[in-house]
Amino acid sequence: MAKPKAKPAPATAYAPSHRVGMEVSIAVSDAVQLARAEAIAAYPITPQTHIVEHLSGVVANGDLEAEFINVESEHSAMSACIGMSASGARTYTATSSQGLALMHEILFIASAMRFPIVMTVANRALSGPLSIWNDHGDIMAARDIGWIQVFVENGQEAFDHTIMAFKIAENPKVLLPTIVNMDGFILSHVVEALEMVDQETVDNFLPPYSPRHRLDPKNPVTMGAFAMPEIYTEVKMNHQATLTNSYEHIVSVWDEWARLTGRSYNPVESYRTEDAKILLLTMGCLSEVAKIAVDELREADLPVGLLRLRLWRPFPFKDLRDAVGDAELLIVCDRAISLGGPGGPVMSEVRSALYGQATRPQIQGYIVGLGGRDVPPEAFKDIVNKAQAEMAQGTGPEFHLYGVRE
Amino acid sequence: MKPLEQTTWQEIELGGLLREPGSARAYRTGDWRSQHPVWTKSRCIRCGVCWTVCPEPAIVEEPGGYFDMDPNYCKGCGTCARECVTGCITMVPEEE
Repeated sequence: MAKPKAKPAPATAYAPSHRVGMEVSIAVSDAVQLARAEAIAAYPITPQTHIVEHLSGVVANGDLEAEFINVESEHSAMSACIGMSASGARTYTATSSQGLALMHEILFIASAMRFPIVMTVANRALSGPLSIWNDHGDIMAARDIGWIQVFVENGQEAFDHTIMAFKIAENPKVLLPTIVNMDGFILSHVVEALEMVDQETVDNFLPPYSPRHRLDPKNPVTMGAFAMPEIYTEVKMNHQATLTNSYEHIVSVWDEWARLTGRSYNPVESYRTEDAKILLLTMGCLSEVAKIAVDELREADLPVGLLRLRLWRPFPFKDLRDAVGDAELLIVCDRAISLGGPGGPVMSEVRSALYGQATRPQIQGYIVGLGGRDVPPEAFKDIVNKAQAEMAQGTGPEFHLYGVRE
Repeated sequence: MKPLEQTTWQEIELGGLLREPGSARAYRTGDWRSQHPVWTKSRCIRCGVCWTVCPEPAIVEEPGGYFDMDPNYCKGCGTCARECVTGCITMVPEEE
């Protein structure tokens, strides 16, 4: 695929530091446009629809020089993305819930073949029962696909991380597909004030994709070959090491963005954790609600802080251990349930990451906000109270499905 | 190309790429075989059906127009014996 010619700034170029109010899905679409994506294949699914609807518009209008392939399913969308990325094009897609589930088998292939596709997942509950509302059940079912996975908390983060995702994914030492998770509806469909970045800044930050491997008739290679038992383990180890080692490049790109925009991001974010005996841990936009609860609990002199897990894969073991520090109680709030298992997948991994520590907090798991159930600040305050009572009591269940009617 | 069983994870090509064509040739599928075809030349009409139907293809034409298997790649599937027009091919178990 030919590289797009240098174009004059498209219609969505904003002056630096210009704050605008816009729907977060449109901001993500603008970020993809500013990143000069060259190839897009997507199938519309609630609540991701506005992103790809808007992108198909800008491509059709000539504001983004890209191939937009309309496909009949998400299985085909991801397959087309692999083909386009293999041709050397900067490739983007977006999906949600059933769509993510339908592309499942292809997700592993994209990462194994090391194609730096960027995908937004507007997180939504999986059927059944059918639900279009938010939770993290979709992405937790795709936890082991070998992609870099980031969770964002608000519109600004969704915009920033979409642009940064291309730079991370396309780093020649990374070359891994990257998912930016954002909560469906609660984030995708709200209008927020965002600080946009202009085209020139993005162009300087994000050079054109220079693939290390691509389909080229002059230099033919075999992609996606069969692996014998003699070599499969070595291929997996190579992927594992690449994903783990991508950490330093992720952090480096985030740092560069911070120098450029003043907005800094860390794998694990700490909020009012100084001297905190009790820590809440959240992912995605629950974090902003949890902050309100932490503020109110701090006013009542309760030593509570909040950890926000931004980087999900590669899992930031050291950052998490450092951030937990000497806390006595860690309450992990999951937005997904591993049925018949340990409860919340995040709690399970956090508990595992801390198990070998000489001192570790008591860890309790609360599953909240399934299938779009609202989680107000009062819920976090109630959870902190209940968790303290359970700690005093000494024992409790494996996990709590918060708010379930009995 | 380095043999698979000696390749370390650090030596894996980006994305499992194969840069040399014909790598499948290095893999001797004949190892799988538990039986092999034997031709009775007196009944062979040299029609080439066995050569045509072999899925590998691991049947080679010999001087004189008769056929034999390539032991490196014949998996012993028996398709040739089943399709042979005159029934001149017999599948014989491999020796222990």
